[in-house]
Amino acid sequence: MHRLMALVGVCVIAATSLSADTIEDKVTTFQLDNGMDVVVIEDHRAPAAVHMLWYRAGSADETPGVSGVAHFLEHLLFKGTEKLEPGEFSEIVKANGGTDNAFTSFDYTGYFQRVAADRLGLMMEMEADRMKNIQLDREDILTERDVIIEERNQRVENDPGALFREQRMAAQYLNHPYGTPIIGWRHEMVDLDLDDAMAYYEQFYSPNNAVLVVAGDVMPDEVLALAQQHYGPIPRNEALPERERPSEPPQMAERRLSFEDPRVAQPYVMRTYLAPERDSGDQRAAAALTLLAEVLGGSQTSVLPQKLQFEEKRAVYAGAFYSGLSLDDTTFGIVNVPAEGVSLEEAEADMDRIVAEFLENGVDPEQLDRIKFQLRASQVYELDSSNSLARRYGAALTSGLTVEDVHAWPEILQSITPEEIIAAAEEVFDRDNAVTGFLRTAEEVTQ
Amino acid sequence: MKFLGALAAFMMLAAVPLRAEIDITEVTSPGGIDAWLVEEESIPFVALELRFKGGASLDAPGKRGATNLMVGLLEEGAGDLESREFAERAEALAASFEFDVGDDAVSISARFLTENQDEALALLRDAITQPRFDQTAIDRVKAQIVSSIRSDAQDPDSIVGEQFDQMVFGDHPYGSSIEGTEESLAALTREDLLAAHQGALARDRVHVGAAGDISAEELAEVLDKLLADLPETGAPQPADVDVETEAGVTVVPFDVPQSVAIFGHEGIARDDPDFFAAYVLNEILGGGGFEARLMEEVREKRGLTYGVYSYLVPKDHAELYLGRVSSANDRIAEAIDVIRDEWAKMAENGVTQEELDSAKTYLTGAYPLRFDGNGPIANILVGMQMDDLPVDYVNTRNDKIEAITLEDIKRVAARILKPEALRFVVVGQPEGLES
Repeated sequence: MHRLMALVGVCVIAATSLSADTIEDKVTTFQLDNGMDVVVIEDHRAPAAVHMLWYRAGSADETPGVSGVAHFLEHLLFKGTEKLEPGEFSEIVKANGGTDNAFTSFDYTGYFQRVAADRLGLMMEMEADRMKNIQLDREDILTERDVIIEERNQRVENDPGALFREQRMAAQYLNHPYGTPIIGWRHEMVDLDLDDAMAYYEQFYSPNNAVLVVAGDVMPDEVLALAQQHYGPIPRNEALPERERPSEPPQMAERRLSFEDPRVAQPYVMRTYLAPERDSGDQRAAAALTLLAEVLGGSQTSVLPQKLQFEEKRAVYAGAFYSGLSLDDTTFGIVNVPAEGVSLEEAEADMDRIVAEFLENGVDPEQLDRIKFQLRASQVYELDSSNSLARRYGAALTSGLTVEDVHAWPEILQSITPEEIIAAAEEVFDRDNAVTGFLRTAEEVTQ
Repeated sequence: MKFLGALAAFMMLAAVPLRAEIDITEVTSPGGIDAWLVEEESIPFVALELRFKGGASLDAPGKRGATNLMVGLLEEGAGDLESREFAERAEALAASFEFDVGDDAVSISARFLTENQDEALALLRDAITQPRFDQTAIDRVKAQIVSSIRSDAQDPDSIVGEQFDQMVFGDHPYGSSIEGTEESLAALTREDLLAAHQGALARDRVHVGAAGDISAEELAEVLDKLLADLPETGAPQPADVDVETEAGVTVVPFDVPQSVAIFGHEGIARDDPDFFAAYVLNEILGGGGFEARLMEEVREKRGLTYGVYSYLVPKDHAELYLGRVSSANDRIAEAIDVIRDEWAKMAENGVTQEELDSAKTYLTGAYPLRFDGNGPIANILVGMQMDDLPVDYVNTRNDKIEAITLEDIKRVAARILKPEALRFVVVGQPEGLES
């Protein structure tokens, strides 16, 4: 009792001290006339800034048959424009003491540079240049195609866990492009060419399909002026398509797969259920699932590890995972890595038994209080990294959300009740909406 | 043309690098513990970094894995709190404690809110000074480490590192995994863990960096509360070890489509007067960017890899100069040829003035950007102390980089690049390569 009182006291203090300096006070947004969104996050502690340009286009926007082209194009954006030689973009960033890189996901492609704040204009000038003016040689880019194939070797082919993940995702999404790996299927990657890359570039790279995020020691009006100067003159693409992807047909039965590889040292069972994502203005279901993942598997005091690792000692690791940041339907996952002597079939039964007990018993209110207090505290800790804040806004705005949705999210999480969490669990844990995968060593099967 | 003009103007600006704008306070507690602090009140939390010199290399003979297991158990119950109670308490305070160990140090990274700082630090003190080492927790963490040992044995990236270390360091602690073997781990007792705790976490070897919403007076008080109960001295540091390699290739057969390689030879000490020249030289040869020679030749020109890097590894008791590359089994031999050529070329000719200028602009310009948050700053502060650097290093570091001349690089290239000792360890099914 004493403990609960203390916790309530702490929460109240947190709420007041947080209100003094929140993320909302640091964020300013604009839209340029050509449709480009601009988000500025002020952090004046160090004279540095991160400049990020995000496109609302990722691997899930590719045309069937050219998987990997979004990521291939991301590499090719470093290969020169009418004004810059191949590699010169990064050379100039480096010569200014900065670092740069890029990333591709299902729903977005992003480019970023970290520089001294007074170099922001130069970064915009170069990034705006390569939004429209890349100049590529048909033969030269084949070397870069070799690079992405080595990247696939490194990330996927050499790692049975990554191959297992590809197979599970392909089973999860029969029709939606999330079933195709971001890096691409190897047999399609080896045939990617200039025409494929340019078709994607011309379709998706335009200011009205982009989000500019600048975070650091900058003033919003200065960022706006620079953005108007460099990105403002680029015309919008009137032919930009709606982001309508093929959707999943109703799933009629559970899908199961057993992936065997001699390189697997630690077998495990993983099940993912198709689950709703955060939708603009409608984030409650996703918030309940976010808390469900925390309650079931977010820390060592959560339900699955407590029961399976600590009490019954039948697991080396057990957990749950969910991220609501996605344009289309995402997944909710549970995993069990069994202790020695426990088979994968038993591990699956263990996992299901614990989830069933949880649905019966409900949410431990003290645990939920701890989780909610940690979420509040994370709003303090996250202010320490303007780089990760920039990523959050970029990812949200390219995944169908608005800045208002991002700002509403923490309070929605706080308002979720134990009953909503159980209701979300009952809804999502539908075996007819699931893929269950075993990852096991090849030898184990022959025994 | 206008564009180029603008670029040129910006490039000239770059010649005057920023200074790191941080103000480090040296703190000594009444009990005699030193710490470096950067006070930053704008966000109500503190990042605190503790490093204990020695780490897993302090394992007693026959007790390999003891320090690693001990560190893994620090968050598994302390004082009156059992494992679960300890975790619940940390969660209720929204404090984060991370315990880690490497060859040369035990690291404790804490962050906690200003509003419940006293409770968070009391909990951290218990973890550091009064770990319980309950048998059930020992058994559970041992099982997790066994799982990790088995996974490493099937992971080409881990195999290649262990094989290289074993080849270079043999029976020295650097020569084997800090996790130990399944056998050495199974034999460890609670007494071994108590001994490892006394040996590794002692006041004679601790360094502290802090950044955030805490004053020097508060920090001084905190240090004594946190660390006063630790022993004054710990286990003796291990002996130094020489690095000797022969040019050539060691192939470790493993069934993966892409071969993974580590290459290297003897390196250079952190306190060597030539260290800065070596650091700049490595930036040009194999540093992080696409412009480095290895990246240019192996990736950009030939498409043989996704990434190739080289790096100086000045450990406390040995120095290495290492690199890493991975290429498909039928292409790794070519990648290795190219790397060997570049190694020899730079040993003989050094670098160009243009390469040197551009490396300097990058290194001096990037340095102040590292100080971008309480977490990173606390880390830098403790790292400087571990390297025995003076507190004004943040203001002199760029001058040291600027002072490097082309002749320095040429001399140091001839000194530290040793094509005649460049050894490759390759894990995979490489074509055209044999041990």
